[in-house]
Amino acid sequence: MSKQQANWSPYDNNGGSCVAIAGADYCVVAADTRMSTGYSILTRDYSKICKLADKCFLASSGFQADVRALQKNLAARHLSYQHQHNKQMSCPAMAQLLSNTLYYKRFFPYYAFNVLGGLDSEGKGCVFTYDAVGSYEKVGYSAQGSGSTLIMPVLDKRLQSPSPLLLPPQDAVTPLSEEEAIDLVKTVFVAATERDIHTGDSVEIVVLNADGIRREHVELRKD
Amino acid sequence: MKLDTSGLESIAPLFGASNELLDGLSTAPAFDLPSNVDLDGFLKETIQMVKPAKGTTTLAFIFKEGVIVAADSRASMGGYISSQSVKKIIEINPYMLGTMAGGAADCQFWHRNLGIKCRLHELANKRRISVTGASKLLANILYSYRGMGLSVGTMIAGWDETGPGLYYVDNDGGRLKGARFSVGSGSPYAYGVLDDGYRYDMSIEEAAELARRAIYHATFRDGASGGVASVYYVGPSGWKKLSGDDVGELHYHYYPVTAGTVEQEMVEVTGA
Repeated sequence: MSKQQANWSPYDNNGGSCVAIAGADYCVVAADTRMSTGYSILTRDYSKICKLADKCFLASSGFQADVRALQKNLAARHLSYQHQHNKQMSCPAMAQLLSNTLYYKRFFPYYAFNVLGGLDSEGKGCVFTYDAVGSYEKVGYSAQGSGSTLIMPVLDKRLQSPSPLLLPPQDAVTPLSEEEAIDLVKTVFVAATERDIHTGDSVEIVVLNADGIRREHVELRKD
Repeated sequence: MKLDTSGLESIAPLFGASNELLDGLSTAPAFDLPSNVDLDGFLKETIQMVKPAKGTTTLAFIFKEGVIVAADSRASMGGYISSQSVKKIIEINPYMLGTMAGGAADCQFWHRNLGIKCRLHELANKRRISVTGASKLLANILYSYRGMGLSVGTMIAGWDETGPGLYYVDNDGGRLKGARFSVGSGSPYAYGVLDDGYRYDMSIEEAAELARRAIYHATFRDGASGGVASVYYVGPSGWKKLSGDDVGELHYHYYPVTAGTVEQEMVEVTGA
């Protein structure tokens, strides 16, 4: 065995924040476009959102080199799925594939914090949130990344969605309309930009609904 | 080192023969290990960055009518609560439940894996696996990964041909049979309530209430536990979720607000 390096550190944190909100008939996935390392901004125009399937988008922050490797892996898996089954992978299927993919690197993890948003087979919005080694949970809304601690409490208060674990079950679907949800996303990104140095420049918003996919760009502070 | 990756494979490719195109994709997956590093030190460092360590309270006990399983629902990363809605009771099959404490991903993944193995056992042997067997499958896997930093503290509870079954299984290969367990950072508090109130001949309602109260009191004293107290019951006809209550609201159920004695009424000042 070769001599071990004194300080082998294969990871970097490129920051950034990701948000996804699921509604009754839509899903909003958003992420800022700043990529930084330490105090330096590497670029102001880097998309953290990746289209995995027709109705399935992945937003990831963390170490963008690992994120890219992960996206390529999933894209290849999805391509082989399409050849075998002649259809697009569903969002819940993609969610479990992502979980397994992350866990297979349990002993050398992808340094990536993911939010998966999309529409299920009935056209309802669904959001899945992950940790870096693949534990996942279906939620109504989620935030990940450097600004998540600033964003999550705001979403919690604004959306007030009852826990899915409650018995008798209560309807956990976000009460917001699509326009309200998009407005909320813009607000939380403007807010996070004020206090998180790794979030800013602009926010990319992807909206999925029955009509298809729509993209929006909103400028944020660049300091 | 040889790792047990059996049961990790997804379903076999539909079109029989192996396809060169899919090499490395459809082949049996394996765990990627970093090369040229001291795995132990690297993992310790890495896992601190990425893993939400779960402060948890889970409990399970056997009584006259079957098994009760209960848990809180909080996940935290350091001081930050990363979720208040984690499903810590995992439904392995209609007759068996697993609980999770420790690393979220480790528990979730290996319980999913155990679910696959139990189903395969059922198909091969035309009968459901025993709780003893299932817990041993899990314990053997975890033992094969011993020293690699997995963090799992679980209880396997269920009903099989021999009646109710309950085992505690952890990441260093420990496996204990018992009638009453609690696992996680809130377990001392839960044990306090559980040991005090436990009787073998409880009714299902009494047992569920004891479990709920034990979880509630653990979430009250343990900062890393909280969210929703879920209670499951496993009987001869499988498991059933009995309740799921927000512990914030349970507090007012156990400690109703009583009108305090007012020492001095505030009086409006006249002619100010």
